[in-house]
Amino acid sequence: MHMTVLKTIIHLVSLGLLVLTFYQAINDQLGADPVEALLHFTGIGAFNLLLLSLLVSPLAKFSKQIVFIRIRRLLGLYAFFYGLSHFVSYIIFELQLEWTLLLSEIIKRPYITVGFAALLILTALTITSTQSIQRKMGRTWQKLHNWVYVAGLLVALHFIWSVKSNLIEPLIYWLILTLLLATRTNKLKLFYRRRFSKNPPNKK
Amino acid sequence: MLIKHPKKSDSKENQVTDESIYKDRRRLLKSLGFIGAGSLLSTTPSHALNLFGSDESQTFQTKALKFTQPKPYQIKEKLTPEQKVISHNNFYEFGTSKSDPIANAQEFKVDPWSLTIEGLVEKPITLGYEDLFSKFDLEERIYRMRCVEAWSMVIPWIGFSLANIIKQAKPMSTAKYVAFETLHDPDQMPGQRSRFSGGGIDYPYVEGLRLDEAMHHLTLMSVGLYGKTLPAQNGAPIRLVVPWKYGFKSIKSIVKIRLTDKMPPTTWNLLARREYGFYANVNPQVDHPRWSQASERRITSGGLLTRNRIPTQMFNGYEEVASLYSGMDLTKLY
Repeated sequence: MHMTVLKTIIHLVSLGLLVLTFYQAINDQLGADPVEALLHFTGIGAFNLLLLSLLVSPLAKFSKQIVFIRIRRLLGLYAFFYGLSHFVSYIIFELQLEWTLLLSEIIKRPYITVGFAALLILTALTITSTQSIQRKMGRTWQKLHNWVYVAGLLVALHFIWSVKSNLIEPLIYWLILTLLLATRTNKLKLFYRRRFSKNPPNKK
Repeated sequence: MLIKHPKKSDSKENQVTDESIYKDRRRLLKSLGFIGAGSLLSTTPSHALNLFGSDESQTFQTKALKFTQPKPYQIKEKLTPEQKVISHNNFYEFGTSKSDPIANAQEFKVDPWSLTIEGLVEKPITLGYEDLFSKFDLEERIYRMRCVEAWSMVIPWIGFSLANIIKQAKPMSTAKYVAFETLHDPDQMPGQRSRFSGGGIDYPYVEGLRLDEAMHHLTLMSVGLYGKTLPAQNGAPIRLVVPWKYGFKSIKSIVKIRLTDKMPPTTWNLLARREYGFYANVNPQVDHPRWSQASERRITSGGLLTRNRIPTQMFNGYEEVASLYSGMDLTKLY
């Protein structure tokens, strides 16, 4: 399939579903509590897109179709966009612009803290996503973008921490994330040693 | 002489919307929306009338009730629409998502039913299905319902004070607590079939009150809402409603009420002791460990843009129960 077709499909599905969901929520057609439904949709949507973006490079390697890499950035950008919609919906529709409550919730509630941290990482990755910035940053660009794995783990933690008792769905997501990270074991080991270990390998 | 050459894109006179219709456009659009929404709402009743439909997709039948409307219980707050009350339920026996119960509870059988009042009483009672509606005078009471998840509704319940049953059973002087139990029937309740489908809860669902809380006139045994018997997903045929406590105390589809001398175990407390206490009184000053309880979103009609966040009131606004807890540290006994 031509990459333009694939990209168009990603645009249509991601944007279309988001617009449709907001439209239904505004018109009270999204169940009894449109706020909860919207938060759930944008949150799960962001996680799905993030996982899809992490699926791209193993898929490209496995199929030896390196062109697939070209849709990775688009999926990542939509993951950020859904995450941002999730956060903005939380502020506007759930908390209804009670800023002091927002601040205390981000500080006091660990599951919101980790979700917010994940969004900050995705924001940094989004800002540095253009090709010109990538070229300017050189080697540090890849180092920065390896933080997507940390973002994935934080999102998974945010999800499992937020539910009341039904753990089955968040556990399935943990499993998928673990599988995707397992395809990058070597890279992750290196990343971990560079960032967090006391004896980092030789920095080049 | 002026010769007009109309462009293709120009409107012709007969295409102009009549002014009266133009001025009425908002109402027209609204009525169109209403027809759309109305057809959605009507799917359930029309389905119920479908005599030729297959038996597999039966809908749960409710019937009109006779009741009085005592003044003190008719509050002025805007009601949550019936469609929302019956489609947004936490009833894990029928699935853990809020839209699951209305989908999974349609074939729930409530007749015959048996509710026993037993334990430390002199005259144990057993009530059958018809008794639930005929043994006690039914009243309509409009109560605020505050969920521990920080949303709330206003619901016109129908039922009678729990005190009426307990008095009939003549509690012994040793009775200090009341324990409640939901039906355990995995054949009918898919959530009870496995730990995974039922949200990790050890069924049957159990709840409890102190005897003086149970005897308070506000504590309601509900058999209906919005003028009719309870829909299955709202806890048919009989449920508890304790309006000054978080919603999970208001146990559904009750088969057993047992008076005891010890504080009974309660389901959510067993599942997460730090998050859900035995008392579970609505209290804006004591937060759930994972979210604030200082305010709530009131679910009425209106979509996303409705500004529905309101401050949560102590005891959900039912100040008359405060004396039950005088001298107690409610930050510890949450």
